[in-house]
Amino acid sequence: MGLAQEYSLGVIRARGLEKRYGDRQVLRRVEFELPRNGFLLVTGPNGSGKTTLLRICAGLAAPTGGELTCDVGRPSIGFLAHEPLVYRELNALENLDLYGRLYRIRERRERIGMLLERFGLWEERHARVASYSRGMLQRLALCRTLLHEPELLVLDEPYSALDDDGAALLDRELAERRATASFVVATHEPDRVLPLATARLALG
Amino acid sequence: MTYFADVGALARKDLMLELRARDTLPAMLLFVLSTLVVFHFVLPSDSSELAAKGLLWVAILFTALLGLSRAFAAEREQGVIDGLVLATRDRSAIWLGKALAILAFLGLAEIVALPAFGLFFTHVGGGTIAGVVLADVGICAVGTLLAAMATASRARELLLPLIFLPLTIPIVIGGVGASVAGHPGKYLAFLALYDAIFGLVAWGSFEYVVTE
Amino acid sequence: MLPANRLPALATLALGLMVAAVALVAYVAPVDANQGLSQKIFYFHVPVALTAYALFGWGAWRGLRHLWKREQGADLESYVAIHLGVIFGAMTLLTGSIWAKISWGRWWAWSSDQLVLFLVLFLFYSAYFMLRFSIEPGPQRANLSAVYAVFGVALIPVSFLAIRISKDIIHPVVFKSTGPDMSGTMFLAFCVSWAAMLALAATLYHVELAGKRLDARLKELREALTS
Repeated sequence: MGLAQEYSLGVIRARGLEKRYGDRQVLRRVEFELPRNGFLLVTGPNGSGKTTLLRICAGLAAPTGGELTCDVGRPSIGFLAHEPLVYRELNALENLDLYGRLYRIRERRERIGMLLERFGLWEERHARVASYSRGMLQRLALCRTLLHEPELLVLDEPYSALDDDGAALLDRELAERRATASFVVATHEPDRVLPLATARLALG
Repeated sequence: MTYFADVGALARKDLMLELRARDTLPAMLLFVLSTLVVFHFVLPSDSSELAAKGLLWVAILFTALLGLSRAFAAEREQGVIDGLVLATRDRSAIWLGKALAILAFLGLAEIVALPAFGLFFTHVGGGTIAGVVLADVGICAVGTLLAAMATASRARELLLPLIFLPLTIPIVIGGVGASVAGHPGKYLAFLALYDAIFGLVAWGSFEYVVTE
Repeated sequence: MLPANRLPALATLALGLMVAAVALVAYVAPVDANQGLSQKIFYFHVPVALTAYALFGWGAWRGLRHLWKREQGADLESYVAIHLGVIFGAMTLLTGSIWAKISWGRWWAWSSDQLVLFLVLFLFYSAYFMLRFSIEPGPQRANLSAVYAVFGVALIPVSFLAIRISKDIIHPVVFKSTGPDMSGTMFLAFCVSWAAMLALAATLYHVELAGKRLDARLKELREALTS
């Protein structure tokens, strides 16, 4: 019993993972195990299935073969996608407030205020998201991802569109959470997060 | 109770979006009024009031269809549906919130359309009003689920009428019956039964529509 | 899934039942006093309709199993059942239309519950194909198809009830087709032709399924060889 528990300390285990869309095979026999508080770096060229793999990890897609088990419940997953996953016609506060309610965060307002402050969006909090620049959208998406203090962070190209300040900010955030959360990160710039990574998965 | 808090937050967001963008409701209002005017020219001068009452249901159904085809437009644009699917404990709350928002739009459109119908054609009786209320529930329950399905397909807006109309034939039968029959009770009971059955099926199956 | 070697047996059974049914209908069942020979289409029309219901029901059940238990292959089985259901449904419309022409002199009769219901179902399940083929093959397509198939079985009784209660507002009841008093031989002929239709449907179902599975296997094999 004790042994088995110790053995299953992994947060995500993928065995022979396959994913096909119609005739196109996107993932082929992917195997990995992410230990608790581990940091899996996923690399690969465009079209190698990084995004698909991350969507499967977040529970948004189902594999067509093999299996993936995830020990973290859905409310404890933070998912950063290519798109910011926010409503363009609402402002930053309204968007985060909706997510805060759905995630049932206590002291929602304080938490949202703190995140917006930290990511430099506080001044723009009442502006429609449609008027945001690409970099601001990415910052808002990061706020949304971190809002509920997730135990598992699934981040797809987290550095895209961020300026130097933003990237440095994200570096600090990741390093800070490194001890308390597990990570699956796909990126084109592996050097940036390589010091944090515990494992590396090259696709394609 | 927290389930209804989620539903409330999601429905409130849709109303807020509508207040900002004003995409759906004005379109539905204008559409239903245009339809009624077209109906005036469709009906020969000596046709009965019953024919007009039947056409009222065509107007309601197509107005609902117009609103439903835009139901998940905001979610689709930026893939927001993924965010909601991850954040919501019970995904059927997404369906219920959206259905309530559409119900509000449809109801508002009808608050204008029914008096206009009374003015242009013939007076609207209690049976018709009760029928419209019950039919709206079924239309929004089924329509929201089918709109989510259509959004996931390549054909999108094109597909919705095709999958929606066959399912609404019982609603039309019950609604027209409630409008024209002397004793609408039987038809109202039928509409309530439809709402209960299809409401349950839609509530139970929405999860599978937005997840893999 | 049926073992492959049972398929010939099933096909033989279907053929035998069909021959028996035709013989019973042609030689044993009495000629209807009012409608004459044309009434014999009843032995074809009604079993086809009942078989179509069975196929739609089976399609929904396999869809439900897919959603519920993630059963392998349930999606394909659901699709094949509905595909055949639509073919049997079209045959119901066709035979019903012929019957209407012979009985009432018109190709279409809104007063026939069965015909109206099958028209609704035909529209509904035709849209099923539109839905299915506008989504990429994969888990999402399987889910949406299954949900739609489940809506179908809810629609059948609800539409039937709706058409029944609409009689007093839309059409007077001119013709009562329910509960024909069947004599012993009529009933026997009816049951045998129904069994024949079910056996035929089961055979076609397994043939189509086997074909589709072979296709999929072939595609996999080709991919394994080329990659």
